[in-house]
Order: sequence, then C-alpha cells, then structure tokens
Amino acid sequence: MSVLELARLQFGSTTVFHFLFVPLSIGLAFMVACLETLYVYRKNETYKKLTKFFGHLFLINFAVGVVTGIIQEFQFGMNWSEYSRFVGDVFGAPLAIEALLAFFMESTFLGIWIFGWDRLHKKVHLMCIWLVFFGTLMSAFWILAANSFMQEPVGFTINNGRAEMNDFFALITNPQLIVEFPHTIAGALATGSLFVAGVSAYKILKKQETELFKKAFNLGMIVALVAGIGIAFSGHSQAKHLMESQPMKMAASEGLWEDSGDPAGWMVFGLIDSKNKENKFEVEVPYLLSYLAYEKFEGKVPGMNTLQAEYEKLYGPGNYVPPVNTTFWSFRIMAGAGMVMILMSCLGLMYSYRKKLESKNYFLKATIFLISLPFIANSAGWIMTEVGRQPWTVFGLMTTSASVSPNVTKGSLIFSLTTFTTMYAILAAVLVYLFVKEIKKGTDHGVKDYESNVDPFAREASIL
Amino acid sequence: MIELNELWFLLVAILFIGLFFLEGFDFGVGISTKLLAKNDTERRILINTIGPFWDANEVWLLTAGGAIFAAFPHWYATMFSGYYIPFVFVLMALIGRGVAFEFRGKVDSPKWAKTWDWVIFLGSLLPPFLFGVLFTSILRGMPIDKNMNITASFSDYVNTYSVVGGVTVTLLCLLHGVLFLTLKTVGDLRSRARAFASKLIVPVLISLIIFTVLSYFETDLFTVRAHITLPLILSIIVAYVLAAFFISKQRDGWSFAMTGLGIALTISTLFTALFPRVMVSSIKNAYDLTVYNASSGPYSLKVMTIVSCTLLPFVLGYQIWSYYVFRKRVDEKDLTY
Repeated sequence: MSVLELARLQFGSTTVFHFLFVPLSIGLAFMVACLETLYVYRKNETYKKLTKFFGHLFLINFAVGVVTGIIQEFQFGMNWSEYSRFVGDVFGAPLAIEALLAFFMESTFLGIWIFGWDRLHKKVHLMCIWLVFFGTLMSAFWILAANSFMQEPVGFTINNGRAEMNDFFALITNPQLIVEFPHTIAGALATGSLFVAGVSAYKILKKQETELFKKAFNLGMIVALVAGIGIAFSGHSQAKHLMESQPMKMAASEGLWEDSGDPAGWMVFGLIDSKNKENKFEVEVPYLLSYLAYEKFEGKVPGMNTLQAEYEKLYGPGNYVPPVNTTFWSFRIMAGAGMVMILMSCLGLMYSYRKKLESKNYFLKATIFLISLPFIANSAGWIMTEVGRQPWTVFGLMTTSASVSPNVTKGSLIFSLTTFTTMYAILAAVLVYLFVKEIKKGTDHGVKDYESNVDPFAREASIL
Repeated sequence: MIELNELWFLLVAILFIGLFFLEGFDFGVGISTKLLAKNDTERRILINTIGPFWDANEVWLLTAGGAIFAAFPHWYATMFSGYYIPFVFVLMALIGRGVAFEFRGKVDSPKWAKTWDWVIFLGSLLPPFLFGVLFTSILRGMPIDKNMNITASFSDYVNTYSVVGGVTVTLLCLLHGVLFLTLKTVGDLRSRARAFASKLIVPVLISLIIFTVLSYFETDLFTVRAHITLPLILSIIVAYVLAAFFISKQRDGWSFAMTGLGIALTISTLFTALFPRVMVSSIKNAYDLTVYNASSGPYSLKVMTIVSCTLLPFVLGYQIWSYYVFRKRVDEKDLTY
C-alpha cells in the first residue's frame, strides 16, 4: 500500500470508529436529560434510578468518544498537511469554534454533573445535563459545517493558491449543512433511544426490574419513532440536494452509468461491474428515483458516464467516478436499516400500549438486536458521503491524492496505524465488557453508589 | 496598532499558558498517583481531586490546536506532520489516560485498578515531557524546507537540549500538581504532599538553571529581545525561589500560585523569544514560519477574533464556577465515583 492509501485507511478507520460513539453520546445525553427531567418534575425516584443507570452507560461511552476525538483534531495536520495548508483559513475556524463553544461546555458541565449530585440544587444539576446535550449539538453543528465545506465549498475565494474565507455567514448557512445537520442529529437520537429501548428490552426479557424498564422502553421507542421519521424526511431532503450539489455521488449511489429514462426507476438491487461500467442484473421500482431526486414522478437523472465527460471538460483529465459498489451498497444498507428502525418502533409502541410486551419474547430479543442497526446505518451513511465524494477532499477544488502530507513516511504510517488499531481494539473490548457488566448489575448499584455520600460541607470546619 | 495575526500569536500563547497552568497540575496529580499514594484508597483520593476538572482542562489543548489550525494553517500543517511520531505518542497517552479515569473504578479487582493506574501514570508523564521536547526543539530550530515541510532525523527531535526541556516541563507540572494536592487533600496525605513538594523544589530549580544555560548555547533566547526575555527568566527563578519559601512556611495557596506563575512565565518567555516566528528553521532563516507567512487571511482572523472574544468570557466564567462548586478538599469519605 502507498502512503496515500495508508493515510486514507487510517483516517477512514479512526473516523468511523470515533463515530460509533459520537451519535450514542448525543442520543444518550438527550435520553438521560429526559429521564432526569421526569425525575425532577414528577418527583419520581424511578426516574432517578433510570437516570443514573443510563448515566453510567453514557459516561463510559462518552469517555471513549472524547478520547477518539482527540485524534481527529490532530490528524488533519499529521496526515493531510497539504489539505490543511490549502483550506485551514476556512476549515480551521469551525474546528476552533467547536472546541471553544462545544468542548468546553460538554466537559465542564459533565464534570459538574458527575460529581455534583449531592452538591447542587436538583434543577441546577438538571440544567447541567441539558447543557451537556446542548454542547454535543453545538459540536455536531460546527464539525458538520467543516464537513459541509468539503462537500460543497462556499464562502471562500482562492488567493495565492489557498482557499480563504470571505463569507462566514455563507459557511454556516451552507445548503449542505442545512440538510446534513438535521439528518445526523436525527440519526444520533435514534441511536440513543434504540439503545435505551434495547437495553430495557433485555432487562424485561430477563424479568429484572420489569416495571421500571418498561418506562424506559416506552420513552426509548417514542423518541426512536419521532427520530426515525425525522431521519426519513431529512434523508430525503439530502438526496434532493445531492442532485444539485454532487450529482456524481447520486449517480454512483444509484449505480447509474448512463442517463436514466424519464421517469427514472430506482434500483433496489443490482450487480454492478465497475470495471466494464455496466450492471449485470437489476431490480427496479419504477418512478421512485425521479421522486427521490425531484419530488415528482418525472425527470431524468444524469448517469456517471455523462458526468465523467462533463467533469473532464471542467477539471481536466482524470477519473471522477467514486467507488461505485461501496457508495451503492452503503446507501442501501443505511436506508434499509432506517426503515427497519421505524417499523420496529411502531411495533414496540403498539405492543406496549396493548400491554403485551412481556409476552412477546421474540420481539424483545429482536429489540436487543435492534441496538446495532443505528450504528450500522450511521457508519454506512458516512461511508456513502465520504467515499462518494472521491476523488475529491474538497469537491471540485482539491483531490485526495494532493492532500496528503508529503513528509510523512510509510514507516511512520504503519507505526501509527498499528498503534491506533491496537488501542482501539482494546478500547472496544473494554467498552463492551463494561457495558455488559453495568447492564447486568441493574439500577440498584448506581443509587447506592452515590447515596453513601455524606454532606461534604459538614466537614469543612474540622479541616481548617 | 497590533495586527490581527500578532494578536492571534498572543491568543495562542494565552491558550498554552491556560493549558499548562490547568492541565499542568492534573498531569502532576496523575504522576503523583505512583509517587505519593500508598494504597488504592489514596490513589482514588488523588484521582478524585482532579475528577471534575481534567477533561475541561484538556480542552485547552484541543482549543490551542484548533486555534493554530484556524489562525496559522501552515504552523498547524508543518508542526503536526513534522512531529508525526511524537504526536502519535501524545495521542496514545491522552487516549489511555482519558479512558483510564473513567474505567478504573468500574470493576472491583486490584489487578484491573493496577493496570489502569499505570495507564494514568504514563499517560500523565508522557504528554508534558513530549510537549517540553516539542517546544524546545521548535525554539532550537527544525529542518524546515522551502515548502514549509519538516524532514527531520532522530537527533532533531531528541537531543540533550530537548530532553532537558522535556524533563524541566515535566518537573514543573509535577511540582504544580503536588501543590494542588496540598490544597485539595487532608491529613497525612496532605503532609506527605507538602514534604514531597519541598523535596521536588531542588530538582526543579536545578533543571531550570541547566535549561537556561543550555538555551544560551542552543538558541537565540538571550539575543532576540533580551530586554524582555532576561527579566522574564529572572522572574521565573524568583517565582520558584518564592515557591520554595512558601512551601517551607506551609503556605499552600501561595506556593501553588507561585508555581502557576512560574509556568505562565516560562511559556511567556518561550513565546516572546519565538515572536514573530512560530517555528524556527534550522536550514535558513528565510524558511522560518512566522505570524506573517503562516497565518490565515485578515477576514478569517477578524471572524475568529470576534467569535473568541464573545465566547471566552463565558467559558472562563463557567470553568471558574466548576472550581467553585468543587472547592472542598477530597478525603476517603468522598470516594463516590
């Protein structure tokens, strides 16, 4: 493998790994904040137990999310120095603002939340977890603002061979950001809520603290359903926008070589041969692609061959077709997983409403499995977004091969890749081990843990 | 009138002062878990003194990184790609340390805790050392070519001067952390922290003096802007002599203030000597990265200035509030998390 391929492998794998934890952190922050709100305003101890139980899981996950994020902050410079030089003027600002606005807020208020159970007024303590959630939203906004610039560069001018910001407002109202942000957040909420529902399903199945976990299950499924619908709508608006901003990615995600007919059918399944630029076998739903792209049942969608010819005229000779199979399948995995999530949360709410949940063992087991689906969908969605953007790092401005650090050797990369992979494997193993342990322990432990605390203020006099 | 790129040089310096002042003591506390604590309970007390703070302290590093990226893209690109392997180690340390604080107490097993204790120790020891190496070698000069890229050999990173720099920064953080412990613990642990601090002050002063002498031969610290750097260096020494005095008088608060001041002055000296350069080229002066040739455009800097000046007061406000909430000392009755 070349330095470029190694650098891409490292960036891809560390980012996908990081983004397993991020959506769960955002989603769980919201769920824990909801649970604590119910505790504070309904004065119901059940919700306090649930807050602490899911709070523990949230913290384990948050820690891994934070530390794997540190790499992200540094590796643009480490591995993609040419890219950093070229876009730093525009791209660095949202990253710096993210740290200043979001990271400080998350980490400070989370510290207070963890250690402040007995030192703060209930409502102040509750405010802390909501501020943590707000911080995670801010974080997502600014990093997506940076990412959106890579998909659809706006608010800049080229000066001395570098992209320089000339319109900050355009950067944060990037049309790509407007569709990408809600979709990502809805996905994160689905991740957190289905995690809560799945863990609760496990406890109900094991007949441990059933009444308590039914409450969490319901809350999880309600949020999951709302989030699922949000995912579908925001996903659709993203697809529509893709037609205008990156038609090549759209064509690749549809496996569309030649221009489509009018109206365009949507290929559910196909065997794509990207070498010979043809599909061996296709199963199509008529009209659907026209609808996805234009929200009406007519209109043709340009194919990759047409776009390739167009881009060659625009950007000079080269291959502008992204890896088609990856883009095509990751899109289908994401969309399929999304639909299953919506369906399952409807079913879950129905069973719960009819008070049949406990007898539905198969459904409860399936709900445990359901925990994994948002993770698969999140990863697939980003793989589609980032792989589908290739060969560009910044669409139309800079290619990936021109972005890599020229002075980082293959040996260094092999060292870092091995190191990070090993560390991440250990982290993942420990995280899963701790999750299982905490889930099996149930809620009783968590409460005793904190309530053995004595009033710290009482001792003050004896010290001084 | 101060130019925006000069202002950002100042802001980056302030971010590093904040980083080493705050994260400095929690690095020091992390190192102390192996040097000061006698048993598991004491180690937990030490960790809990920084429990609510260390994560927010670390954000100063991420913010400094982000600010360099935004304000000086070439500095960011040159430094992070040029110090690739050292940064891999920094990242390893910070990743391990971060999860260790969270994971350590989750399983009731001495072996488990012991493993994570080592991670906390090494994870707190490596970063200040490596940052010391980083900054001293930046000041000494790195082989930066005309394309602003570093292609360095081992001795550019690791040499007597940079190792002394690394050790010095580590010792400064350790002393600062031990003094933080005198403020946050009670009883026997507190007395031992005081005793340890009074022992530490000797190597701290020695390493500072060796470092200053080496700087005379290895860098232009004494020739560039000597009218500012000389008084600064003198005040560093004065701060630590005063720290020694206050430690001997058991005035913990003042001792901590003096090591904090010492750290702030040390970073100030470094940045004063660097200015207007951000990275020194050992190949030729024309290849130096400066605040002028490495910075972003005026528009971007203006936006960043407005955003930062609006946000920073809030950030400082709630960080101070968090220290106020957890102003109490930590003892074994507090080991709830």
